[in-house]
Amino acid sequence: MTSTMHVAVTVNGRRHEADVEPRRLLVHMLREDFGLTGTHVGCDSSTCGACTISVDGRSAKSCTMLAVQADGCEITTIEGMEQGGTLHPLQQAFWDQHGLQCGFCTPGMIMQASWLLKENPDPTEDEIRHGIAGNLCRCTGYVNIVKAIDQAAGELRAQAAAPVAAETA
Amino acid sequence: MIPAGFEYARPSSLDEALRLLHDREGEAKVLAGGYSLIPLLRYRLAQPGLLVDIGSLDDLAYVREAGGELRIGARTTHHQLEQSDLVRRSGLWSDAAGGVGDPQVRNWGTLGGSVAHADPSSDWPAVLLASRASIVVRDLERERVIPAREFFVDTFVTAIEPTEILTEVRVPVPPPNTGGAYEKTERKAGDFATAAAAVQVTLAAGGTITAAGVALTAVAATPFALLSAEEALVGARPSVELEVAVRRAASEGSSPTQDGHGPVEYKRAMAGEMAVRALRRALARAGA
Amino acid sequence: MTTYEAQAPTTTLAVGGMGHSLKRKEDPRFIRGQGEYIEDVNLKNQTWMSIVRSPYAHATIVSIDASAALAMPGVLAVITGRDLEKAGLHWMPTLAGDKQMVLPTDTVMYQAQEVAAVIAEDRYVAADAALAVEVEYKPLEVVVDPFKALEPGAPILRPDRGPDKATNRIWHWESGDRAAADAALAASDRVIPLDVYIPRIHVASIETCGCIADWNPVRGHLDFHVTSQAPHVYRTVISLVSGIPEDKIRVKTHDIGGGFGGKVPVYPGYVIAIVASLTLGRPVKWIEARSENLQADSFARDYHIHAELGVQNDGKITGLRVRTLADHGYSDAAADPSKFPAGLFNVITGSYVMPAAFVEVDAAYTNKPPGGVAYRCSFRVTEAVHTIERLVDVAAAELGMDPAEFRFKNFIQPEQFPYHTPTGWDYDSGNYPAALRKAMDMIGYKDLRKEQLEKRARGELMGIGISSFTEIVGAGPSHDFDIIGIKMFDSCEIRVHPTGSAVARIGVQSQGQGHETTFAQIIAEELGIPADKITIEEGDTDTAPYGLGTYASRSTPVAGAATAVAARKIRDKARKIAAHLLEASEDDLEWTNGKFFVKGSPEKSKTIAEIAFAAYTNHPAGMEAGLEAVDYYDPPNLTFPFGSYICVVDIDRGTGQVHVRRFVAVDDCGNIINPMIVEGQIHGGLTMGLAPSLYEEMTYDENGNNMQGTFLDYLVPTAVETPAWETGKTITPSPHHPIGAKGVGESATVGAPPAFANAVVDALWHAGVRHIDIPMTPQKVWAILNEKGLTA
Repeated sequence: MTSTMHVAVTVNGRRHEADVEPRRLLVHMLREDFGLTGTHVGCDSSTCGACTISVDGRSAKSCTMLAVQADGCEITTIEGMEQGGTLHPLQQAFWDQHGLQCGFCTPGMIMQASWLLKENPDPTEDEIRHGIAGNLCRCTGYVNIVKAIDQAAGELRAQAAAPVAAETA
Repeated sequence: MIPAGFEYARPSSLDEALRLLHDREGEAKVLAGGYSLIPLLRYRLAQPGLLVDIGSLDDLAYVREAGGELRIGARTTHHQLEQSDLVRRSGLWSDAAGGVGDPQVRNWGTLGGSVAHADPSSDWPAVLLASRASIVVRDLERERVIPAREFFVDTFVTAIEPTEILTEVRVPVPPPNTGGAYEKTERKAGDFATAAAAVQVTLAAGGTITAAGVALTAVAATPFALLSAEEALVGARPSVELEVAVRRAASEGSSPTQDGHGPVEYKRAMAGEMAVRALRRALARAGA
Repeated sequence: MTTYEAQAPTTTLAVGGMGHSLKRKEDPRFIRGQGEYIEDVNLKNQTWMSIVRSPYAHATIVSIDASAALAMPGVLAVITGRDLEKAGLHWMPTLAGDKQMVLPTDTVMYQAQEVAAVIAEDRYVAADAALAVEVEYKPLEVVVDPFKALEPGAPILRPDRGPDKATNRIWHWESGDRAAADAALAASDRVIPLDVYIPRIHVASIETCGCIADWNPVRGHLDFHVTSQAPHVYRTVISLVSGIPEDKIRVKTHDIGGGFGGKVPVYPGYVIAIVASLTLGRPVKWIEARSENLQADSFARDYHIHAELGVQNDGKITGLRVRTLADHGYSDAAADPSKFPAGLFNVITGSYVMPAAFVEVDAAYTNKPPGGVAYRCSFRVTEAVHTIERLVDVAAAELGMDPAEFRFKNFIQPEQFPYHTPTGWDYDSGNYPAALRKAMDMIGYKDLRKEQLEKRARGELMGIGISSFTEIVGAGPSHDFDIIGIKMFDSCEIRVHPTGSAVARIGVQSQGQGHETTFAQIIAEELGIPADKITIEEGDTDTAPYGLGTYASRSTPVAGAATAVAARKIRDKARKIAAHLLEASEDDLEWTNGKFFVKGSPEKSKTIAEIAFAAYTNHPAGMEAGLEAVDYYDPPNLTFPFGSYICVVDIDRGTGQVHVRRFVAVDDCGNIINPMIVEGQIHGGLTMGLAPSLYEEMTYDENGNNMQGTFLDYLVPTAVETPAWETGKTITPSPHHPIGAKGVGESATVGAPPAFANAVVDALWHAGVRHIDIPMTPQKVWAILNEKGLTA
């Protein structure tokens, strides 16, 4: 067993630190060392995307990253999507549109959708489907996931178009 | 699955990285995006003693034009290539960039990492071969520029020495009336190709093909340039017979192995089909 | 028996009874990442388990050397078959009445079989140590072909069954009347034969299996946290196997990330973890890796079917004869009801008037993992429906009839229900013509057939496929159904609190089906208590009444019925309390919209909330306080959801890829509790019907090596492959079910594959293609195109 290295990351706005073996996967550090169990492990071939989080603004499969690689990074996980007691439009939309059933793929799906909508605020259905090609769901058949992402896209565009109104509301 | 143990270093300069590779020759492995290497580590198919993470070498991520070439830093991600205006000028490169793996892979996987890993089923090598790119590698002593057509030596084996790091890919900016396309058939989104073809053609004013680059993915021990197809194309005019010739060159010039994607006969046929589809789109983009 | 196009809810949205698309009550935790799945659970002082697995499909274990592993810091124990043998635990019963190894003492029987287990302080150390256990094997001859397994001279895979069972045939099962079927076919104008192979597939829920076994030696109590679709059955099995009495065992499920049947079997890993915890006196946590899950856990399908349909020249079906070989792996661990070793496969007479039928199934052992029904299949109904719907299409095509016309001609008509099938089922209700007509209207069938002709003339390969399925779910009535002897009732216990809210505990177990919402809606419908004031609990065997669990679409038919009946018992008591409060006679009271009122004087009423309060503060003399009831429901019959699906495909002549252009699914699951949730079940089920049709299969080479051991080769569809499903419904309530509901979870997985297969064959029939086995992969389709000279 090799010696450990010190890792410091900001997760959902809070600083976390751990002493980890270089081989420790980022997903395990988040789940087991920081107690953020919302991010899930669903496979061992980097296929299913259940472990998707945001690292320095880019969606990443946290099972395919070492904890040490994330040293100094800003990470957002599903736990960080709700702000001040208000659900993120994606969270709300997944609920409204029945975009989840067992819920296991949902955190990764929402995190990937969040990146997708930052890149492409007005995606077509085809672009949404390709945008979540790295996230598997067994329960929903994707139809309502696509509807949820579409609803959230509309809500986020509306929010972006009226920031002053939102501030003064 | 859990990787075996290893040491880890994250140098803050290319020289520091090169020194590590030099000092730990043979047991050090370069980590870029990690989407090829980390799965191998998790299955313990690779067990390096030291991982040299070049993730902090931001100055290795760039796309610029210089001296009639597109110069792409090794740490440029597939997504950055997808978004780059300079890269978008090439239909061949755009097609490939948008199809590597899945969106998360494209966020983190790098051109350099992918090319150095040289999976015969990965997309970039055929693109480099068809566009006659060259690959820049460096070690502590020197920099070498290796033509792509001399780079892919064997399955997962390139011309990179254990003490060298791939730093840049250089692609000649083709003349006007050049079109390229990458056509891939896969079993599902995010899968490796069953077969894929990279084609780039240049047309003369009268419609004759004056230059051609054709390369295939996933149908041989390494990605390779399909010289027989290139010969058939140069000097010819687009026609049904030309397509037939290219199809045959691709299917006969391939040496695939049977696996979950299909039997040999199927893969050969797909090499031919992808070559023809890529040719059609390349010609259309070239203004045929 | 009536069929409705739609149903209006009878309760307000504020109450949220049947028919409302209430947003789910379980979602708030899932969307925040605050679900609690087994891997999220951590107990004080817990240890981690990692399993050593065989690389060989059939081998003798020469030696196991755990010394290197035991020497590693943090390793606490290595458990082998020899250790379990001392406690008689190296074999355990399967849910099908066979037995399987927990850990082998002499011989391994499938690649990835558990061979030893390492317990360590840390999960990474456990992983390292598992790789350090040295096992020496002597490979033996491998049997992967079930036909060869039954040939003389094949190695006998299960000598443990005794010398008088020296065969790889597990059992032979028959249903129907062989003589009648033979006579019917002999008298037919034509007999349409068809060989169908439905390959092995794996359910691959996004969450793998896992458990924490927590034996407390001081209390003499076992807490077993586990991904289980049937927690009570687990408790009983664990008690039988370990000798620990059931009152000292608590099985607790948490949130489960998908089950679909894959979390029904009791896996060896679970038992090893329990033994490890008993040995160490500490919690032992085991979470499967995906490759372990794919390579070792319960599979589904693997049926080799030979079927013959008798038809007259006018298209009337005369009879059906079916012979099947079932590949079960090395043990029969298919969780079928005990009298039905081939599950409900004999529903294969389908949606049609069937004068005679005979079905026989032989099961064989091979060197593969055990299992058989774990992929949303309703106990082999997928295999049955695929066969009959393919047969019907082939028959129609050979007679030159349109496949819709053939079906209309042979459907059991609405006035013929209840319909007794020649294999012994009593379909209680159905309206097959209405569903098919609706699907045809939705998809524009006539125009599509016109388009197909035009395209065919141009060399384009377009196909239209129909599937008109009858499902059979809700196992089941006590006279016929049991699993390892336990009757297949289900249960609900409801308690209404003084201030009007309620808690209900049920004997089933959601893995995403939305029980916290739908079961609350059933109670809301019956009692008028708002659904958001009803808490539904399941999965803790200490508190939930005994139930058989959730699989084979049985929750709504059985536990849903128990819930309605328990609620009605509460309403009966509520009536008495209301009579007391209103000083009226019970017969003078009417119930509507959550209150009892005096007939003719509606202002004299008591709401359920007032009654609940009175149950604790002002109940009649002589009556017990409280307002609760429990029901254990023995269903009088199964239920028969049905539907018609139509699929349009375009085949890429260059690559052989099948592009699904449209897919219309019309389902009838009787009265609908929550339309949004039902639609979600259809979407998911259709996708798990698409997957085996075009993408998924689990194959073995001649050495028994698994060829799809990771998601890189086991191809679960993404959103890109999955079409935008179009759904419709008809509503034909079940006459015998308390709320007229039928269950729906697996309908789409059952009904969809033949629609895909029929579409692809339809696209190619004119070129002489009669049948293609699923999955219809590009390589398979292309080979056919190539053979027929149809490639690009």
